Amino acid sequence: MTPEELRSLTPGVLGILVRRGADFAAAEDAVQDALAEALRVWPDDPPRDPKGWLVTVAWRRFLDAARSEAARRRREEAADQEPPPGPATSVDDTLQLYFLCAHPSLTPASAVALTLRAVGGLTTRQIAEAYLVPEATMAQRISRAKRTVSLVRFDQPGDVATVLRVLYLVFNEGYTGDVDLAAEAIRLTRQLATTIDHPEVYGLLALMLLHHARRAARTGDDGGLVPLAEQDRTRWDTTLIAEGVLILQAALARDRLGEFQAQAAIAALHADAPRAEETDWVQIVEWYDELARLTDSPVVRLNRAVAVGEADGARAGLAALSDLDQTLPRYAAVAAYLYERDGDGKRAAELYAEAAAQAPNLAERDHLTRQAARLHRQL
Amino acid sequence: MAKYLLLKHYRGAPAPVNDVPMEKWTPEEISAHIAYMSDFANRLVRTGEFVSEQALLPEGTWVRYDGEGRPPVTDGPFAETKDLIAGYMIIDVDSHERAVELAGELSAAPGKDGKPIHEWLELRPCFAEMPTITE
Repeated sequence: MTPEELRSLTPGVLGILVRRGADFAAAEDAVQDALAEALRVWPDDPPRDPKGWLVTVAWRRFLDAARSEAARRRREEAADQEPPPGPATSVDDTLQLYFLCAHPSLTPASAVALTLRAVGGLTTRQIAEAYLVPEATMAQRISRAKRTVSLVRFDQPGDVATVLRVLYLVFNEGYTGDVDLAAEAIRLTRQLATTIDHPEVYGLLALMLLHHARRAARTGDDGGLVPLAEQDRTRWDTTLIAEGVLILQAALARDRLGEFQAQAAIAALHADAPRAEETDWVQIVEWYDELARLTDSPVVRLNRAVAVGEADGARAGLAALSDLDQTLPRYAAVAAYLYERDGDGKRAAELYAEAAAQAPNLAERDHLTRQAARLHRQL
Repeated sequence: MAKYLLLKHYRGAPAPVNDVPMEKWTPEEISAHIAYMSDFANRLVRTGEFVSEQALLPEGTWVRYDGEGRPPVTDGPFAETKDLIAGYMIIDVDSHERAVELAGELSAAPGKDGKPIHEWLELRPCFAEMPTITE
Protein backbone atom coordinates (compact mmCIF):
# COMPACT_ATOMS: atom_id res chain seq x y z
CA MET A 1 0.00 0.00 0.00
CA THR A 2 1.43 3.39 -1.01
CA PRO A 3 1.51 6.37 1.37
CA GLU A 4 -1.15 8.00 -0.86
CA GLU A 5 -3.48 5.02 -0.49
CA LEU A 6 -2.86 4.98 3.22
CA ARG A 7 -3.60 8.70 3.34
CA SER A 8 -6.90 8.21 1.56
CA LEU A 9 -8.03 5.86 4.36
CA THR A 10 -7.31 8.44 7.05
CA PRO A 11 -10.50 10.52 6.95
CA GLY A 12 -12.73 7.44 7.12
CA VAL A 13 -10.91 6.09 10.16
CA LEU A 14 -10.86 9.48 11.86
CA GLY A 15 -14.56 9.97 11.08
CA ILE A 16 -15.44 6.68 12.77
CA LEU A 17 -13.54 7.57 15.93
CA VAL A 18 -15.18 11.00 16.10
CA ARG A 19 -18.62 9.47 15.58
CA ARG A 20 -17.97 6.97 18.37
CA GLY A 21 -17.54 9.96 20.65
CA ALA A 22 -13.77 10.46 20.64
CA ASP A 23 -12.62 14.02 21.15
CA PHE A 24 -11.34 15.35 17.80
CA ALA A 25 -7.77 16.08 18.88
CA ALA A 26 -7.43 12.75 20.72
CA ALA A 27 -8.90 10.89 17.76
CA GLU A 28 -6.40 12.51 15.43
CA ASP A 29 -3.48 11.55 17.67
CA ALA A 30 -4.77 7.98 17.83
CA VAL A 31 -5.11 7.77 14.04
CA GLN A 32 -1.57 9.11 13.57
CA ASP A 33 -0.29 6.42 15.95
CA ALA A 34 -2.19 3.78 14.02
CA LEU A 35 -0.74 5.00 10.71
CA ALA A 36 2.77 4.87 12.11
CA GLU A 37 2.12 1.36 13.35
CA ALA A 38 0.74 0.37 9.94
CA LEU A 39 3.87 1.60 8.17
CA ARG A 40 5.94 -0.52 10.55
CA VAL A 41 3.89 -3.73 10.52
CA TRP A 42 2.20 -3.95 7.12
CA PRO A 43 5.25 -4.59 4.91
CA ASP A 44 5.74 -7.96 6.66
CA ASP A 45 2.16 -8.68 7.59
CA PRO A 46 -0.37 -6.96 5.29
CA PRO A 47 -3.92 -6.94 6.71
CA ARG A 48 -6.87 -8.30 4.75
CA ASP A 49 -8.98 -5.27 5.65
CA PRO A 50 -6.62 -2.26 5.96
CA LYS A 51 -9.30 0.14 7.09
CA GLY A 52 -10.73 -2.24 9.67
CA TRP A 53 -7.21 -2.80 10.95
CA LEU A 54 -6.62 0.94 11.28
CA VAL A 55 -9.93 1.49 13.06
CA THR A 56 -9.19 -1.27 15.56
CA VAL A 57 -5.68 -0.07 16.31
CA ALA A 58 -6.64 3.62 16.43
CA TRP A 59 -9.58 2.93 18.72
CA ARG A 60 -7.34 0.90 21.04
CA ARG A 61 -4.83 3.75 21.10
CA PHE A 62 -7.60 6.20 21.86
CA LEU A 63 -8.86 4.07 24.75
CA ASP A 64 -5.32 3.66 26.09
CA ALA A 65 -4.87 7.42 26.07
CA ALA A 66 -8.27 8.01 27.62
CA ARG A 67 -7.59 5.37 30.30
CA SER A 68 -4.41 7.10 31.37
CA GLU A 69 -6.39 10.15 32.35
CA ALA A 70 -8.36 9.61 35.51
CA ALA A 71 -10.73 12.40 34.63
CA ARG A 72 -11.83 10.49 31.58
CA ARG A 73 -12.62 7.28 33.44
CA ARG A 74 -16.36 7.62 33.16
CA ARG A 75 -16.35 8.21 29.48
CA GLU A 76 -13.99 5.29 29.04
CA GLU A 77 -16.35 2.98 30.91
CA ALA A 78 -19.24 4.12 28.77
CA ALA A 79 -17.15 3.48 25.68
CA ASP A 80 -16.22 0.01 26.91
CA GLN A 81 -19.87 -0.89 27.35
CA GLU A 82 -20.72 0.15 23.85
CA PRO A 83 -21.17 -2.89 21.60
CA PRO A 84 -18.29 -3.28 19.16
CA PRO A 85 -19.40 -1.67 15.94
CA GLY A 86 -19.67 -3.78 12.82
CA PRO A 87 -18.22 -2.85 9.44
CA ALA A 88 -18.13 0.91 9.30
CA THR A 89 -20.39 2.91 7.01
CA SER A 90 -17.43 4.88 5.79
CA VAL A 91 -19.51 7.12 3.55
CA ASP A 92 -21.24 9.05 6.31
CA ASP A 93 -18.20 9.21 8.55
CA THR A 94 -15.99 10.81 5.92
CA LEU A 95 -18.72 13.26 5.06
CA GLN A 96 -19.14 14.20 8.68
CA LEU A 97 -15.42 14.89 8.87
CA TYR A 98 -15.65 17.29 5.90
CA PHE A 99 -18.46 19.14 7.66
CA LEU A 100 -16.56 19.29 10.93
CA CYS A 101 -13.35 20.61 9.35
CA ALA A 102 -15.28 23.32 7.49
CA HIS A 103 -17.33 24.30 10.52
CA PRO A 104 -18.49 27.95 10.49
CA SER A 105 -16.90 28.53 13.92
CA LEU A 106 -13.47 28.33 12.24
CA THR A 107 -11.79 31.12 10.30
CA PRO A 108 -11.29 30.26 6.63
CA ALA A 109 -7.53 29.85 7.19
CA SER A 110 -8.13 27.43 10.06
CA ALA A 111 -10.78 25.48 8.17
CA VAL A 112 -8.41 25.08 5.22
CA ALA A 113 -5.55 23.91 7.45
CA LEU A 114 -7.73 21.47 9.37
CA THR A 115 -9.27 20.03 6.21
CA LEU A 116 -5.86 19.42 4.65
CA ARG A 117 -4.65 17.82 7.87
CA ALA A 118 -7.64 15.71 8.88
CA VAL A 119 -9.39 14.94 5.60
CA GLY A 120 -6.39 15.21 3.29
CA GLY A 121 -3.99 13.48 5.66
CA LEU A 122 -1.15 15.90 4.78
CA THR A 123 1.60 16.43 7.32
CA THR A 124 1.79 19.71 9.17
CA ARG A 125 5.12 20.38 7.45
CA GLN A 126 3.59 19.93 4.00
CA ILE A 127 0.76 22.33 4.80
CA ALA A 128 3.18 24.86 6.30
CA GLU A 129 5.35 24.75 3.18
CA ALA A 130 2.37 25.19 0.91
CA TYR A 131 1.30 28.31 2.80
CA LEU A 132 4.85 29.64 3.36
CA VAL A 133 4.69 29.80 7.14
CA PRO A 134 6.90 28.06 9.72
CA GLU A 135 5.87 24.56 10.77
CA ALA A 136 5.40 25.67 14.39
CA THR A 137 2.95 28.37 13.27
CA MET A 138 0.93 25.89 11.22
CA ALA A 139 0.98 23.33 14.04
CA GLN A 140 -0.54 25.92 16.35
CA ARG A 141 -3.08 26.99 13.75
CA ILE A 142 -4.20 23.37 13.40
CA SER A 143 -4.28 22.63 17.10
CA ARG A 144 -6.35 25.77 17.74
CA ALA A 145 -8.74 24.64 15.04
CA LYS A 146 -8.96 21.20 16.66
CA ARG A 147 -9.74 22.75 20.02
CA THR A 148 -12.45 24.88 18.46
CA VAL A 149 -14.23 21.97 16.80
CA SER A 150 -13.77 19.78 19.88
CA LEU A 151 -16.42 21.93 21.51
CA VAL A 152 -18.81 21.41 18.61
CA ARG A 153 -21.53 18.86 19.20
CA PHE A 154 -21.85 17.30 15.83
CA ASP A 155 -25.21 15.63 15.61
CA GLN A 156 -26.65 17.10 12.44
CA PRO A 157 -25.37 17.43 8.91
CA GLY A 158 -23.32 20.53 8.19
CA ASP A 159 -23.63 22.94 5.31
CA VAL A 160 -22.35 21.63 1.96
CA ALA A 161 -21.76 25.20 0.77
CA THR A 162 -19.24 25.79 3.59
CA VAL A 163 -17.33 22.64 2.67
CA LEU A 164 -17.26 23.64 -0.99
CA ARG A 165 -15.98 27.09 -0.11
CA VAL A 166 -13.07 25.59 1.84
CA LEU A 167 -12.17 23.23 -1.03
CA TYR A 168 -12.38 26.14 -3.46
CA LEU A 169 -9.99 28.15 -1.26
CA VAL A 170 -7.52 25.27 -1.28
CA PHE A 171 -7.75 24.96 -5.06
CA ASN A 172 -7.39 28.66 -5.65
CA GLU A 173 -4.17 28.89 -3.65
CA GLY A 174 -0.98 29.18 -5.66
CA TYR A 175 1.32 26.41 -4.57
CA THR A 176 4.84 26.02 -3.30
CA GLY A 177 6.54 23.16 -1.51
CA ASP A 178 6.07 19.51 -2.36
CA VAL A 179 2.27 19.46 -2.29
CA ASP A 180 0.25 20.59 -5.27
CA LEU A 181 -2.74 22.19 -3.58
CA ALA A 182 -4.81 22.32 -6.77
CA ALA A 183 -4.37 18.58 -7.28
CA GLU A 184 -5.06 17.98 -3.61
CA ALA A 185 -8.29 20.03 -3.79
CA ILE A 186 -9.38 17.99 -6.80
CA ARG A 187 -8.63 14.74 -4.98
CA LEU A 188 -10.65 15.83 -1.95
CA THR A 189 -13.56 17.07 -4.06
CA ARG A 190 -13.62 13.77 -5.96
CA GLN A 191 -13.74 11.97 -2.64
CA LEU A 192 -16.54 14.26 -1.43
CA ALA A 193 -18.46 13.56 -4.63
CA THR A 194 -18.41 9.84 -3.84
CA THR A 195 -19.90 10.44 -0.40
CA ILE A 196 -22.59 12.99 -1.17
CA ASP A 197 -24.96 13.45 -4.05
CA HIS A 198 -25.23 17.19 -4.61
CA PRO A 199 -25.10 18.98 -7.98
CA GLU A 200 -22.91 21.78 -6.66
CA VAL A 201 -20.23 19.29 -5.58
CA TYR A 202 -20.11 18.13 -9.20
CA GLY A 203 -20.21 21.76 -10.32
CA LEU A 204 -17.13 22.55 -8.24
CA LEU A 205 -15.33 19.41 -9.39
CA ALA A 206 -16.04 20.27 -13.03
CA LEU A 207 -14.84 23.85 -12.46
CA MET A 208 -11.59 22.65 -10.91
CA LEU A 209 -10.94 20.13 -13.70
CA LEU A 210 -11.59 22.70 -16.41
CA HIS A 211 -9.24 25.25 -14.84
CA HIS A 212 -6.63 22.62 -14.04
CA ALA A 213 -6.70 21.49 -17.68
CA ARG A 214 -5.38 24.90 -18.74
CA ARG A 215 -2.65 25.11 -16.13
CA ALA A 216 0.32 24.27 -18.38
CA ALA A 217 -0.70 27.03 -20.80
CA ARG A 218 -1.33 29.72 -18.19
CA THR A 219 2.31 30.64 -17.62
CA GLY A 220 5.10 31.16 -20.14
CA ASP A 221 8.60 29.70 -19.90
CA ASP A 222 9.67 32.80 -18.00
CA GLY A 223 6.91 32.28 -15.41
CA GLY A 224 4.93 35.23 -16.81
CA LEU A 225 1.16 35.21 -17.06
CA VAL A 226 -0.34 34.22 -20.43
CA PRO A 227 -3.89 35.56 -20.83
CA LEU A 228 -6.61 33.19 -21.96
CA ALA A 229 -6.84 34.61 -25.47
CA GLU A 230 -3.10 34.12 -26.08
CA GLN A 231 -2.76 30.65 -24.59
CA ASP A 232 -1.43 27.80 -26.71
CA ARG A 233 -4.56 25.69 -26.74
CA THR A 234 -2.70 22.56 -27.82
CA ARG A 235 -1.22 22.57 -24.31
CA TRP A 236 -4.65 22.25 -22.71
CA ASP A 237 -5.32 18.83 -21.20
CA THR A 238 -8.19 17.55 -23.33
CA THR A 239 -8.80 14.50 -21.12
CA LEU A 240 -9.45 16.71 -18.11
CA ILE A 241 -11.62 19.03 -20.19
CA ALA A 242 -13.71 16.13 -21.47
CA GLU A 243 -14.14 14.78 -17.96
CA GLY A 244 -15.05 18.23 -16.61
CA VAL A 245 -17.64 18.81 -19.32
CA LEU A 246 -19.19 15.38 -18.75
CA ILE A 247 -19.46 15.94 -15.00
CA LEU A 248 -20.91 19.41 -15.58
CA GLN A 249 -23.53 18.16 -18.02
CA ALA A 250 -24.70 15.52 -15.55
CA ALA A 251 -24.92 18.18 -12.83
CA LEU A 252 -26.83 20.66 -15.03
CA ALA A 253 -29.28 17.91 -16.00
CA ARG A 254 -30.38 17.82 -12.36
CA ASP A 255 -31.85 21.29 -12.84
CA ARG A 256 -30.62 22.66 -9.51
CA LEU A 257 -28.32 25.41 -10.66
CA GLY A 258 -25.72 26.83 -8.29
CA GLU A 259 -22.81 29.23 -8.64
CA PHE A 260 -20.15 26.58 -9.14
CA GLN A 261 -22.12 24.97 -11.96
CA ALA A 262 -22.55 28.38 -13.60
CA GLN A 263 -18.84 29.16 -13.25
CA ALA A 264 -17.98 25.74 -14.66
CA ALA A 265 -20.32 26.37 -17.59
CA ILE A 266 -18.36 29.55 -18.42
CA ALA A 267 -15.05 27.68 -18.13
CA ALA A 268 -16.46 24.93 -20.36
CA LEU A 269 -17.44 27.45 -23.06
CA HIS A 270 -13.87 28.78 -23.05
CA ALA A 271 -12.51 25.24 -23.21
CA ASP A 272 -14.82 24.44 -26.11
CA ALA A 273 -13.38 27.07 -28.44
CA PRO A 274 -10.61 25.73 -30.70
CA ARG A 275 -9.39 29.30 -31.17
CA ALA A 276 -9.98 32.36 -28.96
CA GLU A 277 -11.94 34.09 -31.75
CA GLU A 278 -14.42 31.22 -31.82
CA THR A 279 -15.42 31.67 -28.18
CA ASP A 280 -19.20 31.76 -27.75
CA TRP A 281 -19.31 35.10 -25.90
CA VAL A 282 -23.08 35.47 -26.24
CA GLN A 283 -23.65 32.30 -24.23
CA ILE A 284 -20.94 33.33 -21.77
CA VAL A 285 -22.80 36.59 -21.11
CA GLU A 286 -25.97 34.59 -20.46
CA TRP A 287 -24.13 32.44 -17.90
CA TYR A 288 -22.75 35.57 -16.25
CA ASP A 289 -26.33 36.82 -15.96
CA GLU A 290 -27.24 33.56 -14.20
CA LEU A 291 -24.19 33.87 -11.99
CA ALA A 292 -25.04 37.48 -11.09
CA ARG A 293 -28.56 36.36 -10.17
CA LEU A 294 -27.18 33.57 -7.95
CA THR A 295 -24.44 35.51 -6.17
CA ASP A 296 -25.13 39.22 -6.58
CA SER A 297 -21.34 39.58 -6.56
CA PRO A 298 -19.71 42.77 -7.94
CA VAL A 299 -16.74 40.69 -9.12
CA VAL A 300 -19.10 38.65 -11.27
CA ARG A 301 -20.53 41.84 -12.78
CA LEU A 302 -17.00 43.02 -13.51
CA ASN A 303 -16.25 39.78 -15.37
CA ARG A 304 -19.59 40.11 -17.10
CA ALA A 305 -18.53 43.51 -18.47
CA VAL A 306 -15.55 41.84 -20.16
CA ALA A 307 -17.82 39.24 -21.74
CA VAL A 308 -20.26 41.94 -22.88
CA GLY A 309 -17.34 43.78 -24.45
CA GLU A 310 -16.48 40.67 -26.45
CA ALA A 311 -20.06 39.82 -27.38
CA ASP A 312 -21.40 43.30 -28.22
CA GLY A 313 -18.31 45.46 -28.67
CA ALA A 314 -16.10 47.58 -26.44
CA ARG A 315 -18.67 50.39 -26.11
CA ALA A 316 -21.26 47.99 -24.67
CA GLY A 317 -18.60 46.61 -22.32
CA LEU A 318 -17.72 50.11 -21.09
CA ALA A 319 -21.42 50.84 -20.57
CA ALA A 320 -21.74 47.67 -18.46
CA LEU A 321 -18.68 48.80 -16.52
CA SER A 322 -20.06 52.26 -15.81
CA ASP A 323 -22.54 50.95 -13.20
CA LEU A 324 -19.79 49.39 -11.14
CA ASP A 325 -17.75 50.63 -8.21
CA GLN A 326 -14.33 51.80 -9.43
CA THR A 327 -12.62 50.58 -6.27
CA LEU A 328 -13.34 46.93 -7.14
CA PRO A 329 -10.22 44.79 -7.44
CA ARG A 330 -9.12 44.54 -11.11
CA TYR A 331 -11.58 47.27 -12.18
CA ALA A 332 -8.76 49.31 -13.73
CA ALA A 333 -7.42 46.27 -15.60
CA VAL A 334 -10.83 45.56 -17.13
CA ALA A 335 -11.35 49.22 -18.03
CA ALA A 336 -7.88 49.37 -19.62
CA TYR A 337 -8.65 46.35 -21.76
CA LEU A 338 -11.96 47.80 -22.96
CA TYR A 339 -10.54 51.27 -23.67
CA GLU A 340 -7.78 49.75 -25.77
CA ARG A 341 -10.31 47.77 -27.79
CA ASP A 342 -12.30 50.97 -28.22
CA GLY A 343 -9.20 52.62 -29.71
CA ASP A 344 -8.21 54.85 -26.80
CA GLY A 345 -4.63 53.66 -26.29
CA LYS A 346 -3.61 56.62 -24.13
CA ARG A 347 -6.36 56.10 -21.58
CA ALA A 348 -5.74 52.34 -21.69
CA ALA A 349 -2.01 52.80 -20.95
CA GLU A 350 -2.80 54.98 -17.91
CA LEU A 351 -5.31 52.46 -16.64
CA TYR A 352 -2.93 49.52 -17.13
CA ALA A 353 -0.30 51.34 -15.09
CA GLU A 354 -2.89 52.05 -12.40
CA ALA A 355 -3.99 48.40 -12.45
CA ALA A 356 -0.37 47.24 -12.14
CA ALA A 357 0.08 49.34 -9.00
CA GLN A 358 -2.92 47.60 -7.42
CA ALA A 359 -2.15 44.05 -8.58
CA PRO A 360 -2.31 41.48 -5.79
CA ASN A 361 0.51 39.26 -7.07
CA LEU A 362 3.73 39.67 -8.98
CA ALA A 363 2.74 37.70 -12.08
CA GLU A 364 -0.27 39.95 -12.60
CA ARG A 365 1.67 43.12 -11.88
CA ASP A 366 4.36 42.22 -14.39
CA HIS A 367 1.77 41.32 -17.00
CA LEU A 368 -0.10 44.62 -16.55
CA THR A 369 3.12 46.64 -16.56
CA ARG A 370 4.07 45.02 -19.89
CA GLN A 371 0.65 45.94 -21.29
CA ALA A 372 1.14 49.58 -20.27
CA ALA A 373 4.66 49.58 -21.75
CA ARG A 374 3.43 48.03 -25.01
CA LEU A 375 0.81 50.78 -25.40
CA HIS A 376 3.25 53.56 -24.50
CA ARG A 377 5.53 52.38 -27.28
CA GLN A 378 2.67 52.64 -29.77
CA LEU A 379 1.59 56.13 -28.69
CA MET B 1 -4.77 34.99 4.80
CA ALA B 2 -2.43 37.75 3.75
CA LYS B 3 1.16 38.37 4.70
CA TYR B 4 2.42 41.73 5.96
CA LEU B 5 5.88 43.08 6.71
CA LEU B 6 6.25 45.18 9.86
CA LEU B 7 9.29 47.45 9.57
CA LYS B 8 10.62 48.98 12.77
CA HIS B 9 11.98 52.40 11.93
CA TYR B 10 14.40 54.05 14.33
CA ARG B 11 14.87 57.21 12.34
CA GLY B 12 13.28 58.71 9.31
CA ALA B 13 9.91 58.83 11.03
CA PRO B 14 8.56 61.55 13.35
CA ALA B 15 9.92 61.27 16.90
CA PRO B 16 7.94 58.78 18.96
CA VAL B 17 6.16 59.99 22.12
CA ASN B 18 8.39 58.21 24.64
CA ASP B 19 11.65 58.73 22.74
CA VAL B 20 14.43 57.98 25.22
CA PRO B 21 17.56 56.16 23.95
CA MET B 22 17.77 52.63 25.30
CA GLU B 23 21.03 53.21 27.16
CA LYS B 24 19.19 55.63 29.40
CA TRP B 25 16.66 53.01 30.49
CA THR B 26 17.15 50.92 33.61
CA PRO B 27 18.28 47.32 33.06
CA GLU B 28 14.84 46.20 34.27
CA GLU B 29 13.17 48.41 31.68
CA ILE B 30 15.33 46.88 28.96
CA SER B 31 14.48 43.37 30.15
CA ALA B 32 10.80 44.23 30.18
CA HIS B 33 11.06 45.56 26.63
CA ILE B 34 12.82 42.43 25.36
CA ALA B 35 10.36 40.17 27.18
CA TYR B 36 7.46 42.04 25.58
CA MET B 37 8.87 41.54 22.09
CA SER B 38 9.54 37.89 22.67
CA ASP B 39 6.08 37.32 24.21
CA PHE B 40 4.54 39.08 21.24
CA ALA B 41 6.27 36.75 18.76
CA ASN B 42 5.42 33.65 20.78
CA ARG B 43 1.80 34.68 21.01
CA LEU B 44 1.64 35.03 17.23
CA VAL B 45 3.09 31.53 16.82
CA ARG B 46 0.27 30.25 19.03
CA THR B 47 -2.42 32.09 17.06
CA GLY B 48 -0.92 30.78 13.80
CA GLU B 49 -0.03 34.26 12.56
CA PHE B 50 3.77 34.28 12.85
CA VAL B 51 5.95 33.94 9.77
CA SER B 52 9.39 35.40 10.47
CA GLU B 53 11.30 38.07 12.35
CA GLN B 54 14.82 39.40 12.34
CA ALA B 55 16.63 42.16 14.19
CA LEU B 56 19.12 44.05 12.04
CA LEU B 57 22.56 45.53 12.78
CA PRO B 58 22.69 49.31 12.38
CA GLU B 59 25.48 49.39 9.77
CA GLY B 60 23.47 49.48 6.56
CA THR B 61 25.28 50.29 3.33
CA TRP B 62 23.91 51.67 0.07
CA VAL B 63 25.46 49.86 -2.89
CA ARG B 64 25.26 50.82 -6.56
CA TYR B 65 26.61 49.37 -9.82
CA ASP B 66 29.17 51.79 -11.20
CA GLY B 67 29.89 50.46 -14.67
CA GLU B 68 31.69 47.48 -16.23
CA GLY B 69 34.92 46.49 -14.51
CA ARG B 70 34.58 49.04 -11.74
CA PRO B 71 33.87 48.26 -8.10
CA PRO B 72 30.34 49.05 -6.93
CA VAL B 73 29.89 52.43 -5.32
CA THR B 74 29.08 52.37 -1.63
CA ASP B 75 28.26 55.29 0.58
CA GLY B 76 29.87 53.79 3.64
CA PRO B 77 28.15 53.56 7.02
CA PHE B 78 24.91 55.43 7.55
CA ALA B 79 25.07 58.96 8.82
CA GLU B 80 23.00 59.85 11.87
CA THR B 81 20.28 61.52 9.87
CA LYS B 82 19.49 58.51 7.72
CA ASP B 83 16.53 56.25 8.13
CA LEU B 84 17.43 53.15 10.05
CA ILE B 85 15.50 49.92 10.17
CA ALA B 86 16.02 48.09 13.41
CA GLY B 87 14.37 44.89 12.39
CA TYR B 88 11.36 43.37 10.82
CA MET B 89 8.61 40.88 11.46
CA ILE B 90 6.43 39.10 8.91
CA ILE B 91 2.94 38.06 9.92
CA ASP B 92 0.18 36.11 8.17
CA VAL B 93 -3.25 37.41 9.15
CA ASP B 94 -6.90 37.28 8.08
CA SER B 95 -7.33 40.99 7.37
CA HIS B 96 -5.67 44.37 7.07
CA GLU B 97 -7.48 45.44 10.27
CA ARG B 98 -5.81 42.58 12.15
CA ALA B 99 -2.40 43.58 10.76
CA VAL B 100 -2.91 47.18 11.95
CA GLU B 101 -4.03 45.95 15.36
CA LEU B 102 -0.90 43.80 15.76
CA ALA B 103 1.41 46.57 14.54
CA GLY B 104 -0.19 48.84 17.15
CA GLU B 105 0.51 46.27 19.84
CA LEU B 106 4.12 45.88 18.77
CA SER B 107 4.54 49.63 18.83
CA ALA B 108 3.32 49.67 22.44
CA ALA B 109 6.37 47.76 23.73
CA PRO B 110 7.39 49.21 27.11
CA GLY B 111 10.34 51.63 27.24
CA LYS B 112 11.49 54.26 29.70
CA ASP B 113 9.48 54.26 32.95
CA GLY B 114 7.68 51.14 31.74
CA LYS B 115 5.57 53.30 29.43
CA PRO B 116 4.93 52.37 25.80
CA ILE B 117 7.61 53.66 23.45
CA HIS B 118 5.06 54.47 20.71
CA GLU B 119 7.60 53.30 18.15
CA TRP B 120 6.83 53.98 14.48
CA LEU B 121 6.22 50.86 12.41
CA GLU B 122 5.74 50.70 8.71
CA LEU B 123 3.18 48.12 7.62
CA ARG B 124 3.64 46.77 4.09
CA PRO B 125 1.47 44.10 2.46
CA CYS B 126 3.34 41.30 0.66
CA PHE B 127 2.33 40.20 -2.81
CA ALA B 128 0.23 37.04 -2.73
CA GLU B 129 1.03 33.90 -4.67
CA MET B 130 -0.60 33.81 -8.06
CA PRO B 131 -3.98 32.13 -7.65
CA THR B 132 -4.98 29.14 -9.74
CA ILE B 133 -7.94 31.03 -11.17
CA THR B 134 -7.68 34.52 -12.60
CA GLU B 135 -9.44 34.36 -15.93
